[in-house]
Amino acid sequence: MSKVLIIAEHLGGKLNPSTARAVSAAAAVKADAIDVLVLADSVDAVAAEAAKIDGVSRVLTIARAENAHPLAAVLAPQIAKAAAGYSHVFAPSTTFGKDVAPRVAALLGVAQVSDVMSVEGSHTFKRPIYAGNAIVTVEAPAEHAVVATIRTASWPAAATGANSAPIEAVTTDAALPSHTRFVELKQGKSDRPDLQSASKVVSGGRGVGSKENFEIIYKFADRIGAAVGASRAAVDAGYVPNEMQVGQTGKIIAPELYMAIGISGAIQHLTGIKDAGTIVAINKDAEAPIFEVADIGLVGDLFKLIPELEAAI
Amino acid sequence: MKILVGYKRVVDYNVRIQVKPDGTGVVTDGVKLSANPFDDIALEEALRLREKGAADEVVVVGIGPADLTAHLRNGLAMGANRAIHVVTDEAVQPLTAARTLLKLVEKEQPGLVILGKQAIDDDANQTGQMLAALWDRPQATFASKVEIADGKAAVTREVDAGLEVIEAELPAVITTDLRLNEPRFIKLPDIMKAKSKPIDAIEFASLGVESHDHLKTTHYAAPPKRSKGVMVKDAAELVAALKQKGLL
Repeated sequence: MSKVLIIAEHLGGKLNPSTARAVSAAAAVKADAIDVLVLADSVDAVAAEAAKIDGVSRVLTIARAENAHPLAAVLAPQIAKAAAGYSHVFAPSTTFGKDVAPRVAALLGVAQVSDVMSVEGSHTFKRPIYAGNAIVTVEAPAEHAVVATIRTASWPAAATGANSAPIEAVTTDAALPSHTRFVELKQGKSDRPDLQSASKVVSGGRGVGSKENFEIIYKFADRIGAAVGASRAAVDAGYVPNEMQVGQTGKIIAPELYMAIGISGAIQHLTGIKDAGTIVAINKDAEAPIFEVADIGLVGDLFKLIPELEAAI
Repeated sequence: MKILVGYKRVVDYNVRIQVKPDGTGVVTDGVKLSANPFDDIALEEALRLREKGAADEVVVVGIGPADLTAHLRNGLAMGANRAIHVVTDEAVQPLTAARTLLKLVEKEQPGLVILGKQAIDDDANQTGQMLAALWDRPQATFASKVEIADGKAAVTREVDAGLEVIEAELPAVITTDLRLNEPRFIKLPDIMKAKSKPIDAIEFASLGVESHDHLKTTHYAAPPKRSKGVMVKDAAELVAALKQKGLL
């Protein structure tokens, strides 16, 4: 009998869509119960959202002032206590989940399965290694709880709205450390769709050439209602902030439409977009590796082609 | 302050990995091996902290077979004071690596442990967090800036929402992200100098680390290939193709 505990990710009183994707992975385990755990200082809004996700049995909340910010050292002992009686503990494979889940696994004394792409059995999973150039099937020991992070791009978000799972406050006697403190979060302000959940993404690379030139990417993205991403080269060069990086060490995304503009297509970038529905590449170099994975390719100067695209839409 | 740096050897960043046809592993015979890029960044950061006076000793740690010595020499050539080689022929998974590092931490009493946020072979992204948990000390993962003062580390972390700054009391574990620094190149005289730096070899079995709770990898497969797409000749054709797919 499988019981899955999902760690909710949230920010500013809003549930992150990655949580509903982790619910889909939990459903694939054929779980008898899927509970979502919300740790926050003020839990109500996030818990109410989580309760609406189809398939969720219960929403458990731990409201403590110490949980105001997602510090792994503070959250992990509470999660490890709350995990008692569960066969699986899932977190999304976002920077939040990647930070906290291994700390939970170590407290429980179990190995972690990172970046679950598919569920083959209650303890058998597929996950990518070598930047996605190989997919391995791994078996976790049946006698321990499975701690796993869920590769969000591999899973659809569970539907939301029809459910109204009960919300229960829980308490733990976990001792919380004070050795780690939150100072601040410098957040890029954007009215554009969220990169990780957008159905359309337009990304720029080194070929865009400068921070100023990136305006052409933003303008085009706004025209088609897309989120904006970037290659590592564009982030390293300072054209755009780090949270826009798509790839092996940045964000792994699966939009319906991905447009790579001025991106050559290093394997580390391709790792981040493999699950996109349609990949469009625009690059002046006809030999660029991005064209090997693109569904539609167009060779040419992006500064000439983007205005032409805007005119043709 | 002493800094311990995890220094893993992996298949080089530029090698395109091939899965063996029988699904038992990936082809590693004759493939170029290098330091995990994130670990080079970890070592560079430790060296910079030593150069700034925040640390006085940098120790690189490797876990692996006898021939790992040559790799650890590179870490010494880059500037580490000494190396610890935990000798084992077994592939070490993150929880075991963390338990092994904990044993070394207990012995060495470092003020800081810096590890790469992930190794580019298994892409697990676990060891630093696990070590911090077992050690019951702070973790600052995905670091893009580190400042040490007054027994504390102020660490800027690259998170999905932007940049998060946290403060961690030392000792602590930091894991590195790509933009923390640009590792230096090794110069020839440093390679000569590294030959006389000490490498302590410790048999893995002598540390008494439990390693029974492993994940078992049962199959390796090549990723599904995307089928070759089409080329369009101009913007109008691209827009027409996207409209036909209902994407615009």
